[in-house]
Amino acid sequence: MNDRTILRIDKLHKSFGSTDVLRGVYLDVGLQEVIVIVGPSGTGKSTLLQCINLLTKPTGGSIWLEETEITAPRADVDRIRQRIGMVFQEFNLFNHLTALGNVTIGMTKVLGMKSNEAREKGMSELERVGLSEHAAKYPAQLSGGQKQRVGIARALGMDPHIMLFDEPTSALDPELTGEVLNVMRKLAVEGMTMLVVSHEMAFAREVADRVVFMENGVIVEEGPPDEFFATPRSERTREFLRIIGSSPGER
Amino acid sequence: MYDFFIFMQRAMPELIQGTRITIELTFAALLLGAVIGLPCALFRVYGGPWLRRMVIGYIALFRGTPLLIQLFVVYYGLPDVGLTLSRMVAAFVTLGLNSGAYQSEYFRGAIQAVGSGQMVAARAIGMNRFKAIRHIVLPQALRLVLPAWSNELIAMIKYTAVVFLIAVPDLMGRAKIISSRYFDPISTYLAVALIYIAMVGLASLVLRVIGQRMKIPGLEMDAAGD
Amino acid sequence: MEGFNNILTMFRFLLPGLWVTLSVTAIALVLGFGLGTVMAVARVYGGPLSSRLAAAYSIIVRAVPVVVIIFILFFVIAAFVDLSPFLSGALALGFASGAYQTEIFRGAILSVPRGQMVAARAIGMNRLKAIRSIVLPQAIRIAIPAWSNEVTLVLKDSTLVFVIGVPEILRRAQYASARTLEPFLAFGAAAVLYLLMTFLASRLLDVIEQRTKLMM
Repeated sequence: MNDRTILRIDKLHKSFGSTDVLRGVYLDVGLQEVIVIVGPSGTGKSTLLQCINLLTKPTGGSIWLEETEITAPRADVDRIRQRIGMVFQEFNLFNHLTALGNVTIGMTKVLGMKSNEAREKGMSELERVGLSEHAAKYPAQLSGGQKQRVGIARALGMDPHIMLFDEPTSALDPELTGEVLNVMRKLAVEGMTMLVVSHEMAFAREVADRVVFMENGVIVEEGPPDEFFATPRSERTREFLRIIGSSPGER
Repeated sequence: MYDFFIFMQRAMPELIQGTRITIELTFAALLLGAVIGLPCALFRVYGGPWLRRMVIGYIALFRGTPLLIQLFVVYYGLPDVGLTLSRMVAAFVTLGLNSGAYQSEYFRGAIQAVGSGQMVAARAIGMNRFKAIRHIVLPQALRLVLPAWSNELIAMIKYTAVVFLIAVPDLMGRAKIISSRYFDPISTYLAVALIYIAMVGLASLVLRVIGQRMKIPGLEMDAAGD
Repeated sequence: MEGFNNILTMFRFLLPGLWVTLSVTAIALVLGFGLGTVMAVARVYGGPLSSRLAAAYSIIVRAVPVVVIIFILFFVIAAFVDLSPFLSGALALGFASGAYQTEIFRGAILSVPRGQMVAARAIGMNRLKAIRSIVLPQAIRIAIPAWSNEVTLVLKDSTLVFVIGVPEILRRAQYASARTLEPFLAFGAAAVLYLLMTFLASRLLDVIEQRTKLMM
């Protein structure tokens, strides 16, 4: 593993019962790289992310985060998850806590920070995503875009080394996706290593260092956005781009 | 009507004494039920197969038999196999075990209503299972269980009514004595009914106020009944 | 072998009580059903007087323990007619169950979409007909799960008629316990009988629920 690779995925397999979802995925993620993963629904993109932060146990292959093999049997899973930030499609905000509470609970209960330190840091993360005036609101009082931004702040609060985004805007009304994508753009500029599963092609074109196309549980093609969108090498990639290109959702 | 009023005046002091025991028993048994019920619910949701089976067996036993029979088994039957309990303790334990079976189902419903996404998100920020249950799932589940739990409190007030059959001197116990002393069962039990109505009414009111105070926007669950 | 004989004898002794228990339960459920449906309709569709009366019945009776209701009604009935404890007990239990069933059917009626009543009136039915032919049948189907629960509850509460001397299972278990000096066996057997009954009852009701689901 060279100095610039932060995440290495090697021959990753995942089956649920008799269904093979991931059939041998190989991926190296470089430090500060922004990778956007695209592909038809149900091809294992979300499963891939869930394997990376061990929410799902792979059935084969290995994953290395920095120098640690996180798929090793004795790995300290909870510890590892502190280094990986995850943002969910359905937000999964903690309903009984305010926005600030959502951001600070990991700091106090997992990292053992003192509550006033956590408060300060929490407020700065909320500012980073543009939500400092909403700190005292409960999730039910926030719009979808605001909820997702709190979700991002919550993940950032743990000072992760890599951020995983699982279709972060898919559950949002179209007018609200912009605020979330802007925050993600900002993070990329600030140098965060990001792995994003998304259908937002414009975002991929503008922000990604690499676009990865997954189908049927394997990576079919990958490359920098201009190459990927303009001159795709595989026929299946071309087919996919044709389909989504003709859908009215293309921005 | 007037006669009834006179009767109430005479009988009240003794009935109130009995009511005190009814109220004590209600709270004690409810608490025991929670102490039993919450862990059982956690075992059922998060525990291994054997733990789950034991809990399911316990629930089936106590929900499948009448409270009165459970009471008799505990108070009259257990001494037969070596465990003798006093009336109050037998009543307390039986009511608590019975309530625990029902409460465990209420807690389980609430825990499941919290939704698996909460647990997933908690694990994602590095919490282990225990921390996730303690800081994320339980605080929400306890708020969601409030309507069902309030119902259980009110129901418990009524459940205690059978313990007079093992000679516990609660409200019903005193009522039995008074009804034979004055040869007036109808007036006696009407008075008793009024006292229960008062207790249930007061409890409902207090619980409603507490429920309002503890509201968090977005964390409400429909009550199972009125 | 001795022990097994004992157990078998005990069950055989309790058996007559089983029939009494089941009869009391059946009568109470039927009476409760009648009261419950009528009062529920009164609460939802009645004028100010009838809906308030029905509400009073439901709320007051549910605030009082069933055993107290049994006592009160037993003595009140005895003051007017000479009924057996069995019948008094069954009627009292039915009266109590009626209050709970009122709430069950009220909830079910309120769950029937408003459009049903509107459509029924639109084809010319008067209110009563609409309730009887359109709303109520649907409400009863909606109420089946909750009603199944009530069946189990009434079955278990039927043991309370013990207090007015009805020879149901518990009363017989008490005799047995005094005669054999084996209270654990006697009351344990009674408990087992109830477990069997509640188990069979819920299985049966599940089957009925499935059948009616298909019919919807």
